[in-house]
Amino acid sequence: MTTTVLWVTVLVASAASFGLKLAGHLVPEHWLATERVQRTSTLVTVALLVSLVVVQTFTDGSSVVVDARVPALAVAAVALALRAPFILVVVLAAGSAAALRALGWG
Amino acid sequence: MATGLYGISFGALAVVAGLSVAQTAALSLLLFSGGSQFALIGVVAAGGSPVAAVATSTLLGARNMLYGAVVSPLLSLSGWRRLGAAQLTIDESTAVAVGQRTPAAVRAGFWATGIGVFVLWNVFTLVGALAGDALGDPRAWGLDAAAGAAFLALVWPRLAARTAQLVAGLAVVVSLALVPVTPAGVPVLAAAAVAVVVGLVAPPARPSLRTGGGA
Repeated sequence: MTTTVLWVTVLVASAASFGLKLAGHLVPEHWLATERVQRTSTLVTVALLVSLVVVQTFTDGSSVVVDARVPALAVAAVALALRAPFILVVVLAAGSAAALRALGWG
Repeated sequence: MATGLYGISFGALAVVAGLSVAQTAALSLLLFSGGSQFALIGVVAAGGSPVAAVATSTLLGARNMLYGAVVSPLLSLSGWRRLGAAQLTIDESTAVAVGQRTPAAVRAGFWATGIGVFVLWNVFTLVGALAGDALGDPRAWGLDAAAGAAFLALVWPRLAARTAQLVAGLAVVVSLALVPVTPAGVPVLAAAAVAVVVGLVAPPARPSLRTGGGA
């Protein structure tokens, strides 16, 4: 993306984010308090995040690729299972991938 | 503290994804929702279109609308204060506000958490963006792997329920299947569409407002 397109993307996404937040404050609570709306929102969040994990770890954007990012994600999963804080999870994953590449793999 | 460190990783990864330091800072000031911000730079990094980046970010921010509906009656605001409260309506401020027992404590908790997270998030985003700018080749530092780990950390606390695990499994399959055949960004949106279908057809579970993990 060019600089201008990136700026438009940033500003439109920001406007949409604020619009959603403000809409939540303005609509009557019972409109959004249904069990189905709450549940669907939670599931959409899960699906988006999991899909982003997959796209960021197992692809180069247009094809499926296995490289140093995959063992790095496994390290992150172990750290999360051991209740490591966010930054430690991220640093361990980055460090694992960097170490593997320094050794000449991925 | 967690917010600060999380902000550093966002700032660094945003610059690695191709945003300028100013664009990165603008996201934290104006968009101010960690998951949505990470999603936007994730789609940009993967080469997705601007439309896909905005759509993914916005869908991930939809939960903030539900939070707004929950905290608005508790805060009973009007005028510009309502605009400020809307911008500060995120996972953390909502979780703290709904956890209080008295109306005064709800208001104090919401504003203190919202403003505190806003300041830390923006300061550390800038620190991270400047650091990311100085690092050079992101692959040598493993920063491309850090993005996947960041998303995994965000979704981890949301995977307790059986239906969430089902949707997570479907999201993996749909994403891997679509990546080779669709433009970047589309697999993520398709996974969201699957989640909407599951949400509409799955049998009801106990109602709860799930919060946690990220600004």
